[in-house]
Amino acid sequence: MKNPEEIYAILKEKFGEEKVELKEDAKVVPWIVAAPDSIKEVTKFLRDDDGLDFDYLMCLSGVHYPKDNSLGVTYHVNSTRKKHSLTLKCIVPEDNPHVQSIESVWKTANWHEREVYDMVGIMFDGHPDMRRILCPDDWEGHPLRKDYKVQEYYRGMKVPY
Amino acid sequence: MPELRTEEMTINMGPQHPSTHGVLRVELVLDGEIVVDAIPHIGYLHRCFEKHSESMNDYQQVIPYVDRMDYVAAMSNELGYAIAVERMLEIEVPERVEYIRVIMAELQRIASHLLAIGTYGLDIGAFTPFLHCFRDRERILEIFESACGARLLYNYIWVGGLSHDVPSNFKDKVRDFINYFPPKIKGYNDLLTYNKIFIDRTADVGVLPPEVALNYAASGPVLRGSGVDWDLRRNDPYSIYDRFEFDVVVGKGEMGTVGDCWDRYIVRVREMEQSVRIIEQAVEQMPDEGDVKAAVPKRIRPPEAEIYARTETPRGELGYYIISDGSMSPFRVKGRSPCFVNLSVLPAISRGSMIADIVAIIGSIDIVLGEIDR
Repeated sequence: MKNPEEIYAILKEKFGEEKVELKEDAKVVPWIVAAPDSIKEVTKFLRDDDGLDFDYLMCLSGVHYPKDNSLGVTYHVNSTRKKHSLTLKCIVPEDNPHVQSIESVWKTANWHEREVYDMVGIMFDGHPDMRRILCPDDWEGHPLRKDYKVQEYYRGMKVPY
Repeated sequence: MPELRTEEMTINMGPQHPSTHGVLRVELVLDGEIVVDAIPHIGYLHRCFEKHSESMNDYQQVIPYVDRMDYVAAMSNELGYAIAVERMLEIEVPERVEYIRVIMAELQRIASHLLAIGTYGLDIGAFTPFLHCFRDRERILEIFESACGARLLYNYIWVGGLSHDVPSNFKDKVRDFINYFPPKIKGYNDLLTYNKIFIDRTADVGVLPPEVALNYAASGPVLRGSGVDWDLRRNDPYSIYDRFEFDVVVGKGEMGTVGDCWDRYIVRVREMEQSVRIIEQAVEQMPDEGDVKAAVPKRIRPPEAEIYARTETPRGELGYYIISDGSMSPFRVKGRSPCFVNLSVLPAISRGSMIADIVAIIGSIDIVLGEIDR
């Protein structure tokens, strides 16, 4: 069982400080911020390293931070054998929201990433099937953005009623 | 004689199909009767739970909405949400509340599993067990009704406590039920579990190997059916689950291969027995006195923080990822729905099976569309 600081020390040695960063000002548990173009390598390492052994992606969520004009992806990973958990984040700017897909690392990310794309509008590069999942394919906008305005008509039907 | 021409055929199963348990559409690519690919299309029941939560003025107001996620196990959803917010606020809830919550959550687990195995039999063509299951589920709903007035969507477990205290005869009612119920499980086993036709339809069908289950982050009976010994009530205890003795049931491949539909089914049946054990212990230990609203905060204003809290609902790991910006309304509430994740494994386990088995596979995952689409 390792705490986030110990995991960070391992990651820093492997990937360098420009790729991963530890945020300790968090009130609940510290999290690690990884660069959007290296998240796949980082998660693959987390999964395959014997000491870390993260085999379970619990949750993958998209968040809009309107104050910083940025979007974020939060990964909650867990190891069922080593019994430790970790919170990883990727922050990308609103005008160019591209994050590497980790579908090849944990298959469960497939639907989660589609949901994040649908709701927040982050593109996951390398995802095999980047479609909307909850909204219809021809829906406009991404509902969980804080500045989202619902479209007036959808295929001739009035939307806000 | 000219040569017979064959080609793949695509057909839609659902959204209005009785064995999809709601409005799920599965696009099936078929080669004769063999399934080449099964692509689930979801979202027909999307009610913007996460967006609604962000516009609430109070954390307490989100609770009726979480009820409507998994509408056949609303108590478990409320419990998960209440625990997440309580951890952010660092609230200690009274002992009596903890016990009532555990009893309610375990009764809910039995009610939900009864619905799951009853409708599963129905999917496969056994009508009678369904009626038996609903007869017994009714008794649990009566207990819930006597506690909070509602039969399905309770708004009962609040952040910091409960909406009402339980009625004075609550313990007797629960004891009556746990005396009544265990013999009925034998009845289900005789009717359905060890029925030759049922075994033929479910054993060796839709096999989900344990490493695939973990990679897809399946949870609950779907994961345990594959033989993975993982239950959050024991592995990451919340509330007061560390005080009770119970076994974690896993699939062993008794009738076929580990991780087949029969294993996922039997895990649910045996989990009901374990839930009865937990309820028995909880009723004995539960204190008689205590104000269930003592720790309910008047105003909820968590510090700027975020949390991911997970609980074991009847369907698996239900997680809430809540971000607070220090105001009265949540900045972000994400519900990690166990059904959503469990259903995503469907294409992987249905390729190569017969079209009639798709019904058995979907039923064995035990999905609730309200929670998948949120």
